[in-house]
Amino acid sequence: MATPGVEELLARAEQEEALSLRQITVHKELDLEYDLGNLLAMDPNPPEASEFRRHGGDYLRALARGNTQLLINQLWQVPSERVEETVVVRLPEANLRLPREKPPPRARPPTRWEQFAKLKGIRKRKKSNIAWDEAQGEWRRRWGYKRANDPTKKWLIEVPATADPNEDQFAKLLQAKKERVAKNELQRLRNIARSQGREPPAPVPPPGAPRSRAQLGKELQVTRRSTASVGRFQALLPREKEPRGVGKKRRFQPLLGDMAAEKQRQLELLGALNRKEPRLDVTRAANKQLREDEQEAARSKKRRGAGRAGTGKKGKGPGGARAGKKGKGPGGIRAGKKGKGRTGKRNKQEH
Amino acid sequence: MLSSSTSTAAILDASRLPLPLSRPFLFRPGASSACLAERRMRPLTEEETRALFERLSKYIGENIKLLVDRPDGTYCFRLHNERVYYVSEKILKLATSIAREKLVSLGTCFGKFTKSQKFRLHITALDYLAPYAKYKIWVKPGAEQSFLYGNHVLKSGLGRITENTNQYQGVVVYSMSDIPLGFGVAAKSTQECRKLDPMAIVVFHQADIGEYVRHEETLT
Repeated sequence: MATPGVEELLARAEQEEALSLRQITVHKELDLEYDLGNLLAMDPNPPEASEFRRHGGDYLRALARGNTQLLINQLWQVPSERVEETVVVRLPEANLRLPREKPPPRARPPTRWEQFAKLKGIRKRKKSNIAWDEAQGEWRRRWGYKRANDPTKKWLIEVPATADPNEDQFAKLLQAKKERVAKNELQRLRNIARSQGREPPAPVPPPGAPRSRAQLGKELQVTRRSTASVGRFQALLPREKEPRGVGKKRRFQPLLGDMAAEKQRQLELLGALNRKEPRLDVTRAANKQLREDEQEAARSKKRRGAGRAGTGKKGKGPGGARAGKKGKGPGGIRAGKKGKGRTGKRNKQEH
Repeated sequence: MLSSSTSTAAILDASRLPLPLSRPFLFRPGASSACLAERRMRPLTEEETRALFERLSKYIGENIKLLVDRPDGTYCFRLHNERVYYVSEKILKLATSIAREKLVSLGTCFGKFTKSQKFRLHITALDYLAPYAKYKIWVKPGAEQSFLYGNHVLKSGLGRITENTNQYQGVVVYSMSDIPLGFGVAAKSTQECRKLDPMAIVVFHQADIGEYVRHEETLT
């Protein structure tokens, strides 16, 4: 076979080049607007409705591909460099200002002092940061370390005429300073609490101060749980109620859980509801039995008492229904014994 | 079987949504409800299911089984805004994509739990009570309006009554043309109804379809 001629080869090369060029060139009526900083291209050409009707999604895909191609062509115009085998482009500044993702941060609510100052019309006056120190004879900072005219660094303090001569005036100064710092810290925390919409925490009452019923209840709850086992083995006092609001968290079934199991549970419940014979609740039955026993005992006791009252003449003590009980008679053996014993005791106490 | 014209109107309004469903969910697009829905939608707990079934069984007896176990799909009870909704699994899944506070209703509202955890049936449950009702009462045409205004049914308005209805039995109230109008509780047994003063109450009113107009803003 004859080798292809030079012209043929050239023609083929030209064709290939044209093909590759066709892939990267896109024709547009109006040029696109670029914002390379945001990697953004805007196509001002109106989309062709007829094309879209004919090809649908394919037309849109082709449009998107063409515009992306144009954007990438534009990127190649920017001077590029090679960093570690990778072609890298430094993007220019963005022209389009995008809105921020999150809302702007809210302004800090004014502190208590700022509110007060605004109310009173107090304005801040700017003082210079440095002040003249008479004693040292030099300019020093107004506040902080090595400040000018430091009152805590006085080597001599005059004792006021009204003060106790044995009082340490230096310690008094230091104490006052400490208290001011503590107060300021408290107010700072209060301002933070207020800015977060919470009430500043109530001060802890001093020990021995009168407390309300609710406070006492809360304290009792805390004390209950303040054991090594977090109150797990802390028995309730007789007739003490279970504290409220410290129970277990309720757990619910998932919203879209096992539907078949849910149906099964409901059918079982329906079966239990429709069963004719009542279910035996052991605790309730036991309680009922106990109650009946008690009532029975009370009734028999009353009957005995009434019987005695009828034959009250036999009673020893001063008259009345109670006296009947005390006396010995044809009642139960136990009752008779008890009655006797009790009368004896009471008589002793009375004497 | 749909009970009443008013309840179908409510459904039609909902069906404007582009969903091919018989009972779709309703939601409030732009509204912000402040504190109604604090807790998320969830299945009923054991006690709540018991309360619901006990209340339902007063009207439809063991027919509740037909609501729970349906051949035409999975249906379930869900609690949302303290209200119990009877809803198909399909709609439930669709409703999960709607924010809790925006979701007004889904499926059929059966009623609500009061703050003391008692269950109250709403008139919207009538669609499911009427077909399965065990004890019914038919009201004469003259007494229909009085019942639909929220009054008890008197002996003078009583058309027919199911035999062997016990006292305090839950009954569904029908018009003489067999349209369900509401439900209530029998004040007297069938036997006692026979020899009763015309002005004596026969059925205590609980809910009627007039509530679709009267309580439009609270029904969901």
